[in-house]
Amino acid sequence: MNRLEAPAFGQVEHIELIKAEPVSFANGLKLFVINGGEQELVRIEFIFKNVNWNVAKPLQAYAVNSMISDGTSQYTASQIAERIDYYGAFIQTEYNYDMASVTIHSLNKHLASILPIVKSLLTDSIFPEEELETFKRNQKQKLSVSLEKNDVVSRRTFNRALFGDTIYGYTVTATDYDQIARADLIKYFREAYQPANCTVILAGRATEEAISLISNHFGEDWTTDQGFTVNTFEFSRTAGLERYVEKPQALQSAIRVGQTCVNRQHPDFPALQVLNTVLGGYFGSRLMANIREDKGYTYGIGSALVSLQNAGYFFIASDVGAEVCSAAVSEIEKEIKLLREQPVPAEELDLVRNYMMGSLLGSLENAFSHADKFKNIYFLGLGYDYYDTYINTVRTITSERLQELANKYLDFDSFEKVIVGKK
Amino acid sequence: MVNFNRFTLENGLRVLVHEDHTTPMAVVNILYDVGARDESPDQTGFAHLFEHLMFGGSVNIPVYDEPLQRVGGENNAFTSNDITNYYITLPAVNLETAFWLESDRMLNLAFSEKSLEVQRNVVSEEFKQRYLNQPYGDVWLKLRPLAYKKHPYQWATIGKNLSHIEDARIEDVKAFFRKHYNPQNAIMVVGGNVQTEEVRELAEKWFGSIPAGEKYSRSLPQEPELKEERRAVVKANVPVDAIYMVFHMPARTDKGFYECDLISDILSRGQSSRMFINLVREQKLFSEIHAYHTNSLDPGLFVIEGKPVQGVALEQAEAAIWQQLEQLKTEKVATDELEKVKNKVESTMVFGQMSLLEKAMNLAFFELLGGAEKLNEEVSRYFAVTENDILERAKSLFRKENATTMYYVADAAEQVNLADK
Repeated sequence: MNRLEAPAFGQVEHIELIKAEPVSFANGLKLFVINGGEQELVRIEFIFKNVNWNVAKPLQAYAVNSMISDGTSQYTASQIAERIDYYGAFIQTEYNYDMASVTIHSLNKHLASILPIVKSLLTDSIFPEEELETFKRNQKQKLSVSLEKNDVVSRRTFNRALFGDTIYGYTVTATDYDQIARADLIKYFREAYQPANCTVILAGRATEEAISLISNHFGEDWTTDQGFTVNTFEFSRTAGLERYVEKPQALQSAIRVGQTCVNRQHPDFPALQVLNTVLGGYFGSRLMANIREDKGYTYGIGSALVSLQNAGYFFIASDVGAEVCSAAVSEIEKEIKLLREQPVPAEELDLVRNYMMGSLLGSLENAFSHADKFKNIYFLGLGYDYYDTYINTVRTITSERLQELANKYLDFDSFEKVIVGKK
Repeated sequence: MVNFNRFTLENGLRVLVHEDHTTPMAVVNILYDVGARDESPDQTGFAHLFEHLMFGGSVNIPVYDEPLQRVGGENNAFTSNDITNYYITLPAVNLETAFWLESDRMLNLAFSEKSLEVQRNVVSEEFKQRYLNQPYGDVWLKLRPLAYKKHPYQWATIGKNLSHIEDARIEDVKAFFRKHYNPQNAIMVVGGNVQTEEVRELAEKWFGSIPAGEKYSRSLPQEPELKEERRAVVKANVPVDAIYMVFHMPARTDKGFYECDLISDILSRGQSSRMFINLVREQKLFSEIHAYHTNSLDPGLFVIEGKPVQGVALEQAEAAIWQQLEQLKTEKVATDELEKVKNKVESTMVFGQMSLLEKAMNLAFFELLGGAEKLNEEVSRYFAVTENDILERAKSLFRKENATTMYYVADAAEQVNLADK
């Protein structure tokens, strides 16, 4: 045994994805089944694209999603919660820039009891006035707390700079909550929550029985009878200004810098993910190594490449000591410059390749994670060959190509630069 | 059911192996039986600072993260008031790299001054980010010393204040390592696509020669029973008032722990819970309210925290909480309601088994509690709790003289206080 020398190691050679099996229904509903796992349980996601964006009613999609289990013509909010909880099931709503979803986690043995309630939510929610008032009041209070957090303010300011008054950039205020009207929610619900706008993803121990229960409840008498338009936006690069929100008492400043970029549909995307990993995508990244592990300016710093339906964007974010804020920003600038001016050394690139392959393998822990991989490609119209390309890119990309990409996509001068706190 | 094999090396290192051949990955989880409760009152935050230093290079390996990332692995760690837990996930074919790294830092650290200096800064920034520069971030810095006067649970894992971290010296770091970081004080769980025999050989090879070290024997001052209610009012520059009520509760291995856990679920788990329905949805007194506990090995805290809606005085909010608690003390919980929270416990456990890392962490934690077998008995311990147990537990828990209550009052004029003034 030689403690000075690392043991021999192998490469991740083979990565196998559990592919989604499609099932279609006459009413336009699409179901995808990802079958796997030992435990007798499933996750069922009902995913609805956001539609009919109206800047005058910016919260309707969010409110409808959040309040989906707040009452139907058959059940009150408490009865719904009572039944779901009694069977040890979980119902969660999730709203993001592109989609709203209702997710059920349940043991298989209770699915037959759970699905009728879910059907009631998705087809018959009534958004009671009283619950709406509670929702508004509580959300406004949460918003007032969130706005005290520098990282939240920096995210809002940044997204606004990049995406303006679209759903991606809109800055919600308390007044927007006040203006939510029940009639608008009912209308939005009828338009967005229709089988033609719904994708169901069943993951876990997907038995024949589970599939036929979904089919019975959602594939037959649920119909699409309203028109709707899925949101589409176009963006171009923005001015790249410095946006400073001063908080005189801040102990730390939130930094967020970046710019619009390509999304997953673009052939450069997998390669950009490699570049992003080098810069700020893992614990050993350049930003972490320099700004946390060498300088000690922050508890954490990272960068990310985000793929949305209508845009992509790149950002670097960190909370840093207020007194070292300017120093941290110059270090970020230096790191970007370095990526543009010098090729990534072969040894570092090899490490990143291996790290990314291990990370991909590790991200496929169970049927749920395989389902997540499917969602990443499906909604952007990509096939499973995307992952072949991704793996091939990670394995073979050269330092020269990374440098080219850095020059094409990462230009610190053109970044939007948001600082909330002190500088 | 989480299966496992177990063996102990001659130096006292306990090793558990959980074979799961459905994944190509492996995890190595090492729990050290040391937490913030083992710190001296004038050097708080040390266990957590030390956790950071464990990544600053060991005696034969100058950097920890790089070789692991090179073989496709990831790692992290956390420190609580009770334990410090380190974990690695990596492709199972590269399992030996994890043994090489973990055994070297159990053998000895590099104790670099540069690493200490940088991590003091990093932890100071963590202190600011999580506790000082967040609305309500300092609540536990204030609540713990109010609820505990003797037991070291009176400070948070981050420490009492920034100066304790800034004052840490390399000699202290060395002494802490000698005292707590040796095979006798550790539990290692290896899980995933591994074979028990392979793990045994690797464990002997890499850990077998590490000296056993001193067995640390813990004797912590125990908290005497509270004799009277404690109250405090804190003003802070936050937008919304908040109330915190804590009650001393039984230790993790006590039967009463399970009763308390179920009581917290009855009160606030999900939208069918009592406090959500009564106080948020119906009476509209709170915008949010939660009941939970600190999951502590020694007698811990049962916590109720809530934010009243605007216009509701904290006194009124507190009275409404007490009304919910009184009901638990006077009326038996309905069979259906108890069954509901038990079912939720059961399904949560089954869902937890979807994650290899979670299984490994749980095995290590239950081994520390007295035997990893107990992990698989956990559900039955919950199911053994009766309606009467809940009633009796509520009576002993929710007494005024067992309560510590803090009003956290929104006051725009309040300056942010640096904890180390």
